[in-house]
Amino acid sequence: MDPTKTTLVELRDAIAAKKVSATEATRAYLGRIDRHNGPLHAYHETYADRALQRAADVDGGKITGPLAGVPISIKDNLCTEYGHTTCSSKMLENFQAPYTATAVVKLEQAGAIVLGKTVLDEFAMGSSTENSAFGPARNPWDTQRVPGGSSGGAAAAIAADLCAGSIGSDTGGSIRQPAALCGVVGLKPTYGRVSRYGLVAFASSLDQIGPLTHTVADAALMLQVISGQDPKDSTSAGVPVPDYTEQLDSPPQGLRIGIAKQYLSDANHPAVKRAIDQAVAVYRDAGARIVDVDLPHTEYGISTYYLVAPAEASSNLARYDGVRYGRRSPESTDLISLYSRSRAEGFGEEVQRRIMLGTYALSSGYYDAYYVRALKVRRLIKQDFDAAFESCDAILCPTTPGPAFRFGEKTDSPLAMYLNDVYTVNANMAGIPGISLLGGFASPDGLSHTDGGGLPVGVQFLGPLFEEAKLLRIARLYEAAAGYTHARPSLT
Amino acid sequence: MAASQAVFADTGIKARLMVGMEVHVELSTRSKMFTSAPNVAHPDYYEAGPNTLCDPVVLGMPGVLPVINKRAVEMSMLVGLALGCEIAKQTKWDRKSYYYPDLPKNYQISQYDQPLCHDGQVDIPMDGEGTKTIRIIRAHLEEDAGKLMHEGPGGVKIDHSIVDLNRAGTPLLEIVTEPDFDSAQQAVTFGQTLRNICRSLGVSEGIMQKGHMRFEPNINVIIEKDGQTYKTPIVEIKNLNSFKALHGAIEYEYQRQIEDWLETGRVMKSGAKSTRGWDDVKMVTVLQREKEEAHDYRYFPDPDLVPVVVDDAWIERVRAELPELPLVREKRYTEQLGLNVKDARALIDEPKVCKFFEEVLSAGVEPKRAAAMLLNYGAKRANERGCAIHELGVTPGQIKEIAELAAADKIGSSAADELFGHCCDPRNQGQTAEALAEKHGLLQVSDTGALEGYVKEVLANPKNAKIVGDIQDGKDKAIGALLGQVMKLSKGQANPKLVGDMIKQQVRGS
Amino acid sequence: MTQPPSPKSTQLTEAQVRHVAKLSRLTVTDDQVQRFAKQLTDVLEHVATLNKLDVGAIEPMAHALDMTNVLRDDEPQPGLAVEAVLANAPGRSDPFFKVPKVLDDGSGA
Repeated sequence: MDPTKTTLVELRDAIAAKKVSATEATRAYLGRIDRHNGPLHAYHETYADRALQRAADVDGGKITGPLAGVPISIKDNLCTEYGHTTCSSKMLENFQAPYTATAVVKLEQAGAIVLGKTVLDEFAMGSSTENSAFGPARNPWDTQRVPGGSSGGAAAAIAADLCAGSIGSDTGGSIRQPAALCGVVGLKPTYGRVSRYGLVAFASSLDQIGPLTHTVADAALMLQVISGQDPKDSTSAGVPVPDYTEQLDSPPQGLRIGIAKQYLSDANHPAVKRAIDQAVAVYRDAGARIVDVDLPHTEYGISTYYLVAPAEASSNLARYDGVRYGRRSPESTDLISLYSRSRAEGFGEEVQRRIMLGTYALSSGYYDAYYVRALKVRRLIKQDFDAAFESCDAILCPTTPGPAFRFGEKTDSPLAMYLNDVYTVNANMAGIPGISLLGGFASPDGLSHTDGGGLPVGVQFLGPLFEEAKLLRIARLYEAAAGYTHARPSLT
Repeated sequence: MAASQAVFADTGIKARLMVGMEVHVELSTRSKMFTSAPNVAHPDYYEAGPNTLCDPVVLGMPGVLPVINKRAVEMSMLVGLALGCEIAKQTKWDRKSYYYPDLPKNYQISQYDQPLCHDGQVDIPMDGEGTKTIRIIRAHLEEDAGKLMHEGPGGVKIDHSIVDLNRAGTPLLEIVTEPDFDSAQQAVTFGQTLRNICRSLGVSEGIMQKGHMRFEPNINVIIEKDGQTYKTPIVEIKNLNSFKALHGAIEYEYQRQIEDWLETGRVMKSGAKSTRGWDDVKMVTVLQREKEEAHDYRYFPDPDLVPVVVDDAWIERVRAELPELPLVREKRYTEQLGLNVKDARALIDEPKVCKFFEEVLSAGVEPKRAAAMLLNYGAKRANERGCAIHELGVTPGQIKEIAELAAADKIGSSAADELFGHCCDPRNQGQTAEALAEKHGLLQVSDTGALEGYVKEVLANPKNAKIVGDIQDGKDKAIGALLGQVMKLSKGQANPKLVGDMIKQQVRGS
Repeated sequence: MTQPPSPKSTQLTEAQVRHVAKLSRLTVTDDQVQRFAKQLTDVLEHVATLNKLDVGAIEPMAHALDMTNVLRDDEPQPGLAVEAVLANAPGRSDPFFKVPKVLDDGSGA
């Protein structure tokens, strides 16, 4: 078998059954990275020697576990005691953490093999990876287009089979949006489901770690491994972790799928509309009830998000000052230049913009008008979801308004870029889980694609807090009916 | 303040000092406020080398998170209860933003609008007579910063500044009072009272030189002239870490503000507060350079932490830990146990010694006797050895024995002192005081047969004829001379009272 | 920067951008000031839609989950070795972090 042409679960089973060795699998993925990472730039850094050593340990029986021998990638904002953790920022270009993120510790304890770290928008701020200080990742379906962001390198790595599973982070859609644009599965768990310890903070009350994979079953398995309360993260929840992988193929009884008119804008791309219609048909055919739900505060999501997230970010990023680690400007002659020049040189413009926006929203005289008001609207958004989940088990909606855009298309207007997050930010505001799946293909401009016939678009399912098990079963029902699991871009 | 007023007597004004206090107390938990790295304010880590008490959380590294130290919260509740505060039902954590090299995250986790403790009051003793009630506005918990230094170790001149983060993250309780002080001495007494309370609660060692307590008085002066009242602008003096500095700074400001008002007529404006530092050498306050921009701390709730909810059961559990507070204890020791104020304070000022004293009382020793033994026999030896009285090794049980032997006239007072010393000797651990007294020949001879022999020998000595005559004439003082000789014959073991009685009886026949 | 904003004052002036940059400890060029002023004004104008909502009676929501009382026991763990503490420091004078001479006598607090 070709270990790079399977799913994570299949590969795990094949390694366990000794049909393929962990070393063979690891070598195969490292070989693909060698061939394809140049044009795609999905990885910032790889750990070939370490990965092969761990693979040998799996093959020698020294490492066991539910992910034994499975090669994965992690987003370059997850700290590890090996290699660098850069956040795709010049600020942290040479930073080496003396600790490893809890989610990564859990993956490695489960036997996973970390191949390397994937490219992101600097400090996870962006929707295209164009804000990476070390160059963007490219969409494997069309390298002239963005892979989405901020976990764009992760989504590109999965879509191009440069790893069997990947871990990203989602603050306003940073897992789900690139998953949609690259045609893979992306799951943002409930806030508090996965420990944030070791995830470089962007907006602490919104950030959540989750998997990007080929299939729903793969996502369920990775979620299983990384979930659970962590004494090092005060906001990780003590809610018991159920078995996400069992009963994945048995759809919930009496299923009710919610449709919210606020997510069905005329501005959505026709392929997005078609994907939603097809998904509705799948559930109707499966005997589910389709119910209308109302999320009246949806339109305020972007405004709320772009106050709350920058406010928290402005404070979280204050620690990058050139004193204890990170970039220090050679022109640091006094305290003010140490800070202001180091930060101006170390941060890209989008990060600077958000720091300034957040600083402004928290500053004297503006705090109530901006920050507090945003927190109030945040509650209204959450109340919308609470009410909607009274009458449905999950809400079906688009992940993005359209397919991947071209490089440079939205870089002149930060606001236009922000508006691309319109369907994803509210799950973060409310803390609820969301999953994006490949929902079909768009042929926006006659480009020829050998597989699937165009650019992928996503469908998204949002569920109540801590209901990932049910959400995954609902998503699996769609995945099985839609049959896109093995759609892959052709790489030259 | 009478002296100060006199200075301005010829100006026709009446001036009244008004001071509020902000006090920072470093709590002596074992680990830091928001992470498990060791706390430099705990005695085990006083001597730690620079930057050895740092973990990734202390360093503010990317992606690491704070977790609240429960003991720090409970220690703060103890102080709050001791200061008569309400304990908040719910309290939360806020970030206070400012950039400085000793503040690793460039924000301090503090409590802005929901302090853990609020609305308390505490009595402080007034010079010789009665007490004064000081109102406590709030006491909130936060984390301390590290240290930025401009000289190398040992005062070496350097062309840069250096940072030690051992102190960063130490739990810090900030206590804020109403402006209830009208003299420097009252502010000092409050500081001392608070220090004693914290020490008795075991929440701080209160070592001023180590910065365990830092004071920031807010000072202004109310001036009356020609029936009009004027208030001088409020000045905050930063970071005073001795009672002497606190006293000096307030006294100096009082004078300075009156002089400034006489000269310029400047009065308080709302919100305006200037900051000054204290120069310990020149004994003056110095205006600190005004920042280019007004402070904008941008407080907001820390999204990495969740609120702490305190229910009644938790408060009661903490309240049960409250020891008797110093002023209450002093009253009990002096009024009920009959100790003098000096001895009572000497014991109360050292909470661990005081606890040992209570154990000695529990063993059944009479209080005045117990205090005298600890503060005479004990203090002398503790001083020699450089340890505390409770660390000498003598047990409450041994002290009780010594007291009983003395009461039964089995040992004299110098022998009691010596026996106390033997009980402190580690080689004698586990032995009874009585066995040690016997071993070292400290027991007095009360065997009348043996003593009569000595007495007769002395009386029969012709050299003593004159003294015997004096005793016969009723001069009791003369007995002492013969007593000494008997003691010498008995090698110091004779019971002096018994011997005295015997001499009288034999000489006078009564 | 002291007057409260009205719904109409979403226009961010260049002076305000400079002030916020200073608070944020970011050196900005004249070119950036102009660009940031326009871009941030765009965002603030969009954000002004929140003013349409009557939120007077709504409690602010800082956390998505209603969690309380996450506390740890007071158990110390050894700190990092000094070498690990200083390993990433761009300026060090062992065993200290080294920064440019600070003349300011007061802390930022």
